[in-house]
Parts: sequence; structure tokens; C-alpha cells
Amino acid sequence: MADTATQTIGVQEKEPWFGKKERKLLTDPLQSNNPITVQVLGICSALAVTTQLLPSIVMSIAVIFVAASSNVTISMLRNYIPKQVRMIVQLVVVATLVTIVELALKALSYPVWKQLSVFIGLIITNCIIMGRLEAFAMANKPWKSFLDGIGNGLGYGAILIIVAFFRELFGKGTLFTGTPIVMNIIGPSNETTQYWINTANESSLLYGYTNNGLMVLPAAALFIIGILIWVHRSYNKSLVDIS
Amino acid sequence: MNSTGYILRFVLTMTTLAAVLLAGMLYITEPAALKAEAVFNKRAILTAVEKKLPKPLKEMSDQEVLDLFEDRVDQHALNMKGEEVQGRVAEQIKLEQEKKKPEADRVLPLFIYKDDQGNPYYILSVRGSGLWDEIWGSIAVEADMNTIAGVSFDHKAETPGLGAEIKDNPGFPAQFVSKKLYNDEGELVAVNVRKGGVADADHDVDAISGATITGNGVTEMLRRGLKYYEPYIKKIQAGGK
Repeated sequence: MADTATQTIGVQEKEPWFGKKERKLLTDPLQSNNPITVQVLGICSALAVTTQLLPSIVMSIAVIFVAASSNVTISMLRNYIPKQVRMIVQLVVVATLVTIVELALKALSYPVWKQLSVFIGLIITNCIIMGRLEAFAMANKPWKSFLDGIGNGLGYGAILIIVAFFRELFGKGTLFTGTPIVMNIIGPSNETTQYWINTANESSLLYGYTNNGLMVLPAAALFIIGILIWVHRSYNKSLVDIS
Repeated sequence: MNSTGYILRFVLTMTTLAAVLLAGMLYITEPAALKAEAVFNKRAILTAVEKKLPKPLKEMSDQEVLDLFEDRVDQHALNMKGEEVQGRVAEQIKLEQEKKKPEADRVLPLFIYKDDQGNPYYILSVRGSGLWDEIWGSIAVEADMNTIAGVSFDHKAETPGLGAEIKDNPGFPAQFVSKKLYNDEGELVAVNVRKGGVADADHDVDAISGATITGNGVTEMLRRGLKYYEPYIKKIQAGGK
């Protein structure tokens, strides 16, 4: 069993530490193999946490961390993991890492932890992570697996942040609510949130804008992801045949 | 294929390592998490008396919140007869657990905040149901035990933009300021969330459009939750302590 795993890598000449292949591992998930817009994985959390930018950014960082470190762990263990229980082993590694993230977040940023509630824990069942472990980390060396984890985490996070940008902008008229750099971009601000005291009411664009209530509901995320998939496919024609 | 013995050894080693790692992590982070939780809850209680604070809550650091709470807030635990219960700390009383007990056995938290002039504000905790899940709030009452000085609400899962406005829209809790708990006959009527405008200036607030059930939940929560405090309220109004 141990032999097959090493053979798949094949005999390799001295490879550059960060060559073309490695770069592709990072950029592929952002572009032509995006976990959300192409593989349509991890949709559940993408709908739930994207009402505002701050939780989306935190969620992205958490997923990047978990994806990269679980990929590395599994890749290092790949020759020792008994094949019969590999899924359970993967699950234990992911669950451990996610719990570490959750404990750290609870201690460092309690309000964000409250806001993300169960969705941090649900990273365990995020198909992107288990998928990468099965498809990549079980057959590749740690360094490549690390890059693959980072890449897929970034691909997921990028979509999350784009969706959250539009949902927060049109749903609340603000950006970065809950952080010190919160900005009121469009519409009157004081009525919409309790996190900060309105200071620059007149300076915002479109003063008469009324917040769109639909944007804060999960359905809006589905619309935006749908539009993103559309845009992505019309921009990258090679994706059209896959479906 | 691996032997059963190998699989067992592998799984046992791995789970033990994971358990040790997590236990260590919990040990490291727990003090900070408990402190963060305490600050979060204290901010929620102090929001009800936001107007009476030396400076706005958002400008206070976590340490300032803890200090202010320590200096200015007295904590009491009350039983259903309005008597002080020994051995319970108000902050640690969870109303969601108390609600499961028979009414006579419940213990209620009471926070008394003193402003710069030393005027007391009694902060009462209420808990009820919204449309989707629980809603709760802190009601600050002035020394006459009748006039509301401020309220703050929170919720578990109300619809953003509709029911969730009880928390997100500062205009909603602001309506409760200077409403009265008792009518002229001395009955506890609390405050009604009324659709279509305020009919009774002392006891009505305007409802949020599209959030009728959450609004009714707030009305119900206030009436029922404040009723529990009535023995204590009567005592204070009669001048006894």
C-alpha cells in the first residue's frame, strides 16, 4: 500500500522549490478550478456567513488554515494511514484543527465567534476540505499539499468575500461593519446598525438609498453566486464544456 | 491490507494525540474566552442604560467595561417573592435555564446601576419567543419603578431586516424610553408593540413593519417577564428595601 502512494508521484528530477507546477497549485483553484463557482462545493457556509465582510474574512482565514494544515498533516501521514480507516483518520485530523480554530477564535474575538456560531464547527463537514484530502493530500508530498490547501482555501475565500461585499453594501449600505474601519458607503447610515455611531451621514453616496432587505437573506447569496458563475464562465470559455 | 492490530494501534495513537492537543488548547484559551464572554454579556446589560453611562459603550475598551461594571453595578438574585437569594450571582443566572423550572423555584437576576449622581437604575432581564427562536432583553427602570430608562434587545434567529431590527435598528429600543410599566389603576400593563401607530403614549411603541410576530413576542415577553419581578417592584415602590 505504501508503495503505490509513492509511485504516483513518479521519479522526479530535481524540481524547483516553487516552479510552474507549484504556482499552478495556487492559482488553479482561484481560476479554472474554483471550489465554489466550478465545483460548486461549500455552498452551505457561503450562503450563511456572507451577510457581512468581517465574518466572511474570518471564515476564509479559518478555512485556509484548516485546508492547508490538514492537507500537510494527512500528506505526511499518507504512507502510514491504514486504507480501511482513512476517511475516519482524515475526519479526526480536520475535526481537531477546526476545534483549535474555534477555541482560538472564541478567546480572541468573541462577538465574531457568536456571529459565526455553528459555521466554524461545520468546516469539518466542508466538502472542499475532505475533497482535497482524498483527492490530493493522500497522493502528494507535504509541500505540494500545503500549496494545494492554501490555493483551495483562497479560491473559497475569494468568492466568499466577493459575495459578502455585495451583500453588505446593498443590504446594509456599509462595508466592514464591526471593525474599526467601518465605512458607510451608500444610503443613510444611522438607522441601519448599532455597531457604530453615525458621524458622516451626508458624505455617503445615494443618500436616499433604502437598504435592500433581500440582500441579507441567504437567498441573495445564491443569486450572487449564480451571477458569479455566469460571469466566470463567459470569461473563461474552457469551463463551459465541463458542465 | 493492514493488520487489525496495526489499525488499532494507529487509531489509538492518533486519537490520544488529538485529545491531548485539544485539552492543551482548551487549557490555554479558556481564561481569555471566559473574560471575553463576560465582557460581551456586561456590554449587553449596560446597553439598557447606555444614555446614563459616562461615555458611549462603543468607545469603551473591554477593561473599561469590566471596571465600570465592577464600580457601578450591584448584582442581586431574587426569588419569585421578590426576596434576595443568597449564594447566587446575578450574572451567572441563565434565564433560559430558569424558565424550565417550576415558576415558584425560579431565580431572577437584577442589576442596579448607579449613574454619576448616584441615581439608581434597576435593570431587569426578560426572555421570550420571537418568530423563529428565543428573544431576550434588559429593561432599565428608574427609581420610581415605573418609568423605563432604556432597553436593549437581542435574539437568536430573527429574520435580518425584519424581526432582527429589534436589535439592529437603534430606533426601536429608543421608543421605549420614558414609557410606563403601570397604568393609572396600578396594573402592570408594560409596553405594547402596536401596529399602525401609537395609541397610548405611555404604553405603546410603533411596531416594525413585516415583523408582527416578533413584535407580539416582545409585548408578551415584557408583560410576562416583568410580572415575575412584580413582588420586588411593589416592595421598592412601597419604600422598603
